[in-house]
Amino acid sequence: MPRGMRIAALREFVSGGRRRYPWLLATTSILVAALLLVPLVAIVAQALQAGWGQVWLVLDRSFVATLLWNTIKLAVVVTILCAVIGTGCAWLTERTSLPGRRTWAVLLIVPFVIPDFVLAWTWTSVFPAIHGYSGAVLVMTLHLYPLVYLPMAAAFRAADPGQVEAARVLGLSKRAAWLRISLRQARTTLLGGCLLVCLALLSYYGAFENLRYQTFTTAIFGEIRTQFSPAVASSLSLVLVALSLFILGGEGMFRERGRVQRSGAMAQRAQTPIQLGRTRFLAVAGVATTVGLALGFPVAVVVYWMTTGSSSGLPTSVSFWAAMGYTALYSALGAVLATALALPVSLLTIRHPRRWTATLERSTFITQAIPGVVIGLALVYVVSRHLNFLYQSPQLLVIAYALMFFPLGLVALSSSVARASPRLEEIGRSLGKGPLAVRLTVTAPLLAPGLAAAFCFLFLSSVTELTATLLLAPTGVRTLATQFWAYAEESASLGAAAPYAAAMIAMSAVPAYLLGRWFDQRIVGEPGGSWFQEEVP
Amino acid sequence: MERTTTRARLQALAMAGAVIATGLGLASCGGTGAGGGGGTITLYSGQHQQLSQAIVAAFTKQTGIHVRVRTDDGIVLANQILQEGSTSPADVYLTENSPELMLLTEHHLLAQLPASTTDQIPSRYNSPTGNWVGVALRVCSLVYNPSLISQSQLPSSFLELSQAKWKGKLAITPTDSDFVPQVGAVIATYGRPAALSWLQGLKSNAALYQSEEATVAAVNRGQQAVGVINQYYWYRLRLEVGAKDTHSKLYFFPNRDVGAIENIGGAAVLASSSHQADAKKFVAFLASAQAQQLVSAGDDFEYPARAGIAANPALPPLSLVNPAVINVVSLGNDLTAASLLQEAGLT
Repeated sequence: MPRGMRIAALREFVSGGRRRYPWLLATTSILVAALLLVPLVAIVAQALQAGWGQVWLVLDRSFVATLLWNTIKLAVVVTILCAVIGTGCAWLTERTSLPGRRTWAVLLIVPFVIPDFVLAWTWTSVFPAIHGYSGAVLVMTLHLYPLVYLPMAAAFRAADPGQVEAARVLGLSKRAAWLRISLRQARTTLLGGCLLVCLALLSYYGAFENLRYQTFTTAIFGEIRTQFSPAVASSLSLVLVALSLFILGGEGMFRERGRVQRSGAMAQRAQTPIQLGRTRFLAVAGVATTVGLALGFPVAVVVYWMTTGSSSGLPTSVSFWAAMGYTALYSALGAVLATALALPVSLLTIRHPRRWTATLERSTFITQAIPGVVIGLALVYVVSRHLNFLYQSPQLLVIAYALMFFPLGLVALSSSVARASPRLEEIGRSLGKGPLAVRLTVTAPLLAPGLAAAFCFLFLSSVTELTATLLLAPTGVRTLATQFWAYAEESASLGAAAPYAAAMIAMSAVPAYLLGRWFDQRIVGEPGGSWFQEEVP
Repeated sequence: MERTTTRARLQALAMAGAVIATGLGLASCGGTGAGGGGGTITLYSGQHQQLSQAIVAAFTKQTGIHVRVRTDDGIVLANQILQEGSTSPADVYLTENSPELMLLTEHHLLAQLPASTTDQIPSRYNSPTGNWVGVALRVCSLVYNPSLISQSQLPSSFLELSQAKWKGKLAITPTDSDFVPQVGAVIATYGRPAALSWLQGLKSNAALYQSEEATVAAVNRGQQAVGVINQYYWYRLRLEVGAKDTHSKLYFFPNRDVGAIENIGGAAVLASSSHQADAKKFVAFLASAQAQQLVSAGDDFEYPARAGIAANPALPPLSLVNPAVINVVSLGNDLTAASLLQEAGLT
């Protein structure tokens, strides 16, 4: 690099960077966001095709009011429970002398890999009385609390202890300092986790069907199985989209108010864990109960059915291993694709924050609230009409996985992208390294953990995807999830279904363990994996 | 300035690289996609996997023609065919209820079957226009738990289930595609207004389950006294849990009541299929004595449509059950039944 450029780079670094606007990055991000909105556009188009009169006929019924109330009361209670359990467990594993905290830290994440429909099935097969609202609250809370736990653990670890210390010096009690400083510091993260819980809840299907709890998703499925009008299902999904917009808007408003400033740049350091004393038995009991109910119980039931169900025994080996292979292949490719799509969006929103980029980022979260079956139908509608060569191809299924789980990839990437500050690249450049060398030696290592985390998250979500897979999978291809469903729901063969559940759990346990280790190894002193990174420019 | 352009280029390069890598990965996992050469047909099957797999295996063994099977709910697959229209990858459609087949016939999506195929099956189980052939039958029935209700208390007609005395005792599956034709049968027999008030009664009486498997299991456990199911779900449950844990019994509505309607499942070749000959061979095989014996032999517990093939010995002979027979034309195409279910707020 010529000397003049080096000086220019240094000057730019010193002046805080007055860089040219990254048009390419912006264009790519807009294209990605547009791609993610394709299913949404298809839903609206189908509804419009039927005409608003028809849509209104579907929506203006007391049945829809029941569904709305069912969905809202579930979302509110489960989100609160997840927030309490997730925050409590995160605080215990990150800030206290909880015995075995490193082991608990990993175990607390793993329940997320047990598919919602498997979890519900294990509970109802042992306790048939569990159903309806209370059952849905139980199962969804146990399934979703890791979405709060994971970011909160990272946030607690990364939080600035200086402020707590200052508060204590100024005379606040320990409890008051925790409430007013620690929790406030983590507020944005908590909201982010709650947002994911809320949006995920809207789109679940299998668990609710099993628990006989009517939500929009089960109703949409009912429509698809009994009606011959895709417009009807589309009308109901419009309500879900509206709900998700409402949730996103609300979270956005809170977030604006909850900005956190650090007492100094990178003000993180090792913190002395709070000694629990006698309450540690209580703490262990609490954490162990959570892990036991969310992980121990379902795993035990699956093993039980594998060994005792009358139709048990490994299913015919060919289809079992084929299902396993296809599941791994499609999930991995979907995860790679979604990570690749999320990277430009993440770079743009974190490195070049503007109001519109925040909106762009938010818009990608809507797909999270649309049930897989609706995305599947929308893609069938679009692809069979306009891109017939893709119809029922493996490519389409992979693309569908990438679209559906994109927000998870974005979320997992954000902390690493924030750490890979362009300033660091500029320092590298100013030290005389070429652009490629800087990318390889500075940016890539900083991004790598985020990319790996995104991949793991996306992979384990795709492994358990059921409803879009049923519609979009190439003819003849069966995944672990569709096989489990065929045996558990269609044939009520508990023994035959159990091995597929076990395989799904085993397959997702590896990335989940890696994720857990990744979060666990974040060295104190690095900016932590805040869910929605608030980088002060 | 130049520097940032380089960075942008590199970013683009990296992204393009990732996308290409994904594309290559995808290309290498192809081969199971749509299309397909000679000797392979695609079956959209609403039948249970165990039965369709057994039949397909026997067919491939006999003819060397490979069959790719797409399994889903019968109505979902019919919807998919409607969406796909003339570009449908499906060659054969196999389903458990006749109304879907009638609907696809009305949309001119089904090919004409040779008489040599339809002649294999009694004509009352076939398409009146020769577009599909009957394959297997089930009978609508009531499963009940004798510890909660005695046989003498059971209703003598399907319509009674909407009476207030059944409140809290009844389980139904309104969102199962097997339930829609049963509503269609009530409409065909008693007319639309009576059917609607019947459905409204059911809504206030019944616990709603999402599959007939779940309904029969709930009655067997004693959570509900009675449940409306197609008869074969009870036999499948008994096979799974064993006779010892079967605490429920099956009841058929007497006197050819509409509650004991016979549901006809059939198969058709799609008009858009580019493998007409192979597809028709498969449908002919479905009607053959060999495939019909597979219907009786397996754990399926349906009645074979072909005359002269003995049903599974676990089943009572059809003549003894004496089911209600509703002409496939009067049973119609599900559309009225579906809109009535919606009007009653059950879906």
